[in-house]
Amino acid sequence: MNIVVCIKQVPDTKGGVKFNPDGTLDRAAMLAIMNPDDKAGLEAALRIKDETGAKVTVLTMGLPKADDMLREALAMGADEAVLVTDRRLGGADTWATSSTVAAAVKKLDYDLIITGRQAIDGDTAQVGPQIAEHLGLPVISYAEDIKVEGNSVIVKRQYEDRYHEIKAQMPCLITALSELNEPRYMTPGGIFDAYDKEVTVWGRDDLTDLDDANIGLAGSPTKIAKASDKVRKGAGEKVALDPKESVEYIVGKLKEKHVI
Amino acid sequence: MSLEEYKGVAIFAQQVDNKLSSIAFELIGKAHELAADLGTDVTAVVLGSGIANLADELAEYGADKVVVIDDPALETYRTEPYAQALTAYINEYKPEIMLVGATAIGRDLGPTVSARVKTGLTADCTSLEIGDFPLQAREGQEQKHNQLLMTRPAFGGNTIATIACPDNRPQMATVRPGVMQKLEKQAGRKAEVINFKPELKENNRFVEILNIVKNVATTVDIMDAKILVSGGRGVGSPENFKLLDDLAEVLGGTVSCSRAVVDAGWKPKDLQVGQTGKTVRPNVYFAIGISGAIQHTAGMEESDIIIAINKDETAPIFDVADYGIVGDLNKILPALTEALKAEVASK
Amino acid sequence: MDFTLDKKHEMARQLFRDFAQNEVKPVAQEIDETECFPRENVEKMMKYGFMGIPVPKEYGGQGCDVLTYIMCVEELSKVCGTTGVIVSAHTSLCCDPILTYGTEEQKQKYLVPLASGKKLGAFALTEPGAGTDAQGAQTKAVEDGDSWVLNGSKCFITNGKEADIYIVIAVTDIVEDAKGRKSKKFSAFIVEKDTPGFTFGTKEKKMGIRASSTYELIFQDCRIPKENLLGQRGKGFGIAMHTLDGGRIGIAAQALGIGEGSIDATIDFVKERKQFGRPIAAFQNTSFQLADMKARMDAAKYLVYKAACTKDQYFVDHKTSYSVEAAEAKLFAAEAAMAVTTKAVQLHGGYGYTREYDVERMMRDAKITEIYEGTSEVQRMVISGSMLK
Repeated sequence: MNIVVCIKQVPDTKGGVKFNPDGTLDRAAMLAIMNPDDKAGLEAALRIKDETGAKVTVLTMGLPKADDMLREALAMGADEAVLVTDRRLGGADTWATSSTVAAAVKKLDYDLIITGRQAIDGDTAQVGPQIAEHLGLPVISYAEDIKVEGNSVIVKRQYEDRYHEIKAQMPCLITALSELNEPRYMTPGGIFDAYDKEVTVWGRDDLTDLDDANIGLAGSPTKIAKASDKVRKGAGEKVALDPKESVEYIVGKLKEKHVI
Repeated sequence: MSLEEYKGVAIFAQQVDNKLSSIAFELIGKAHELAADLGTDVTAVVLGSGIANLADELAEYGADKVVVIDDPALETYRTEPYAQALTAYINEYKPEIMLVGATAIGRDLGPTVSARVKTGLTADCTSLEIGDFPLQAREGQEQKHNQLLMTRPAFGGNTIATIACPDNRPQMATVRPGVMQKLEKQAGRKAEVINFKPELKENNRFVEILNIVKNVATTVDIMDAKILVSGGRGVGSPENFKLLDDLAEVLGGTVSCSRAVVDAGWKPKDLQVGQTGKTVRPNVYFAIGISGAIQHTAGMEESDIIIAINKDETAPIFDVADYGIVGDLNKILPALTEALKAEVASK
Repeated sequence: MDFTLDKKHEMARQLFRDFAQNEVKPVAQEIDETECFPRENVEKMMKYGFMGIPVPKEYGGQGCDVLTYIMCVEELSKVCGTTGVIVSAHTSLCCDPILTYGTEEQKQKYLVPLASGKKLGAFALTEPGAGTDAQGAQTKAVEDGDSWVLNGSKCFITNGKEADIYIVIAVTDIVEDAKGRKSKKFSAFIVEKDTPGFTFGTKEKKMGIRASSTYELIFQDCRIPKENLLGQRGKGFGIAMHTLDGGRIGIAAQALGIGEGSIDATIDFVKERKQFGRPIAAFQNTSFQLADMKARMDAAKYLVYKAACTKDQYFVDHKTSYSVEAAEAKLFAAEAAMAVTTKAVQLHGGYGYTREYDVERMMRDAKITEIYEGTSEVQRMVISGSMLK
């Protein structure tokens, strides 16, 4: 069985977001990490590997420095890694990204494709289902649990107030939630081995089954009209009173605003 | 693609268990504004099995037209038959704007359909308006008018981007629940109802639903609450949430919480406000013992009135609060509850 | 001379840092308070290969190097000195002598489970009457048929009650020289837990590293198989000293981590803490103290890494000595850690003296690094001995 896990390198927002003096995001100051949902997807694939001996290939589209993240995936236990990188692919929206990734996946053997639900930088949750669309595969989003049974997968698919237990025939694509599991750590020896392995690097020209009209900035239907760092609502009043006065203050404001 | 062929604003009217989701009405509300600017009308598209009765309700909330696709294959949400049906609607009726809720259904259906009809999709929008693209006229680039400008937060709520889809139709967006305002219900309001019957073809992409498990412990949806009394780690213990329960009760509000509280296991995840929880915009939001990390404020800063109580005067929650009280919640809350009880009794 | 780490070492450091932050830091305060051995985290470290980092893969290890292992102890010790020494004692004092002196059978039987994280190791040399004067040890081993019979007791043994496999140094012979002077000959043994006659005495109540399970080991007619003699009969003292040379690099890394950890905690504190209307970081005394602390720990770091790299060289040629490098690293890092954690407490003011802040524990933990596996005085003897010979 062959599993392809699509992963993305993103800036880490967990330890707090860093800003430049002008209020814009200081992306360079933030650590680049493997997107958490993708990492859960990788962990799910590695668990299937532990059970069935499946081969796990990780694939990313990104800058050359995404090599570090691919090594991390190898150090966790992935067997092979593919980096798709080319300036011509830059500026892609979800349509262009999914078209490109799908073209890369087509060059690999796969029974199961796992992506994260969404990346913490874009939060769109679109690329997974769209890769499935380009490949003509069944998609199951928001997976909370994944089991392989013969040629099928059985997935717990999360909704707001329920879950569906869904059975799909492989090949298929699953998008993973970070709640799916607790990803394993790398091992020190795994890290050393990862740096001895070759990462396959593909440029635009290696992706033959891909139309120029569907890549990069030019091939993206959505265009950014404006981007800015969020302007926060200013602070209101702040008072430090004793408890009795505090209560009077709050009740007064609630009356003033006709809440009571 | 001739862009001019595409007319009208359409919304995907999500239903679950043959009951319309609140997002359907919120989308109609927004679609009305957009349609007014464009001089066109609003179509609600509802998919399901045995759902003809839902058309009236959509009309009462402001839909001008309702397209009903009623098919046994659509009884429970599955990506493929829903995608086939919505794609068929788009290809047949050619709306210029197609709005979908950013729900667990919409965020699966939206990307699938947009890829199928080859258009752009902007995710999780918090603001939509009609305008020009580019925003300012630029030499050597045609400025297009009457474009849907879709604004969304990204990067954990730290950046905000406005996105257009100038060369493809329909312009598609998923819209965050709880952000757009629904219209007042007008009893008896009617819409033109169209029964559309596209052929849904079973293929390899149809999945089988083995089981549906509803979460039994669901409480009131915090996204619907008008008043939220929200507690953070500073509340100190799960038992101490009693103070918040009491305050919520006297105000007719609901208790919610921050991520730290969920992580500590004090409250279930469905009460969590914030980036990884729910986005809320109640009339009044009490932030009690919540420090106010960006992940939290991203989910509540649109609330009409924010009242924060925190003993740490430097807590960032005070940067978004309308009224901030530096003090001990253990002393203030019981007294506040008593005072409000007295207020209520005096009326 | 290149002072930059390559990518794989950087990634390994990130791994250890993530593990330390996510798994170790949350319980560091608690295990100090309760003095309970952090079994759960040790099992996680076993699972992820932290217990056999410099051991070759053929013996169940990770096949990395001493530098990687040292960074692991350093990163763990930044948040918890106890966890650092558990890994150090296991790796340097138990895996290493078996790797260096063991027979192929001993390596298969004992090193493989130790390095692959199935068993925990400890090392027993010190006795109540034999600390710095290790020659004073009294525990005896007598050959009896197919066995060795051990009698005596060992004290201050790290991982004491929690380990499965122990390296025990005991007197096996008394020899007389031409002038009739008697001297003891020691040998090293591998002893398994639950061997009849092997029991535990009192648990030490310590100032710092309080959860490391420091116990007395008692041997009463404890019979172990003959093949558990490690190395040659009579060579045990040399084995113990060589083992401690390696162990000192581990303790130096522990000291390094504790000192660095106290700086991290202090930076967070001085930015938050306000006095006279501004964060105390804005005062020159604070910033200059921090500068001194940083410079001192960085100096320690290079000595520790140098010692680790020298030991790596020994693994290649089996002759490079790292005894002096290890002694210098431990001497300097331990004293730096003590001085730096003391300053860290001072910069925290009254809060630093309370158990609510990590620096209080770090200062207590730092003290032991000047004492065990050779006191600072012993390190001075080793260094000066090499200078004046």
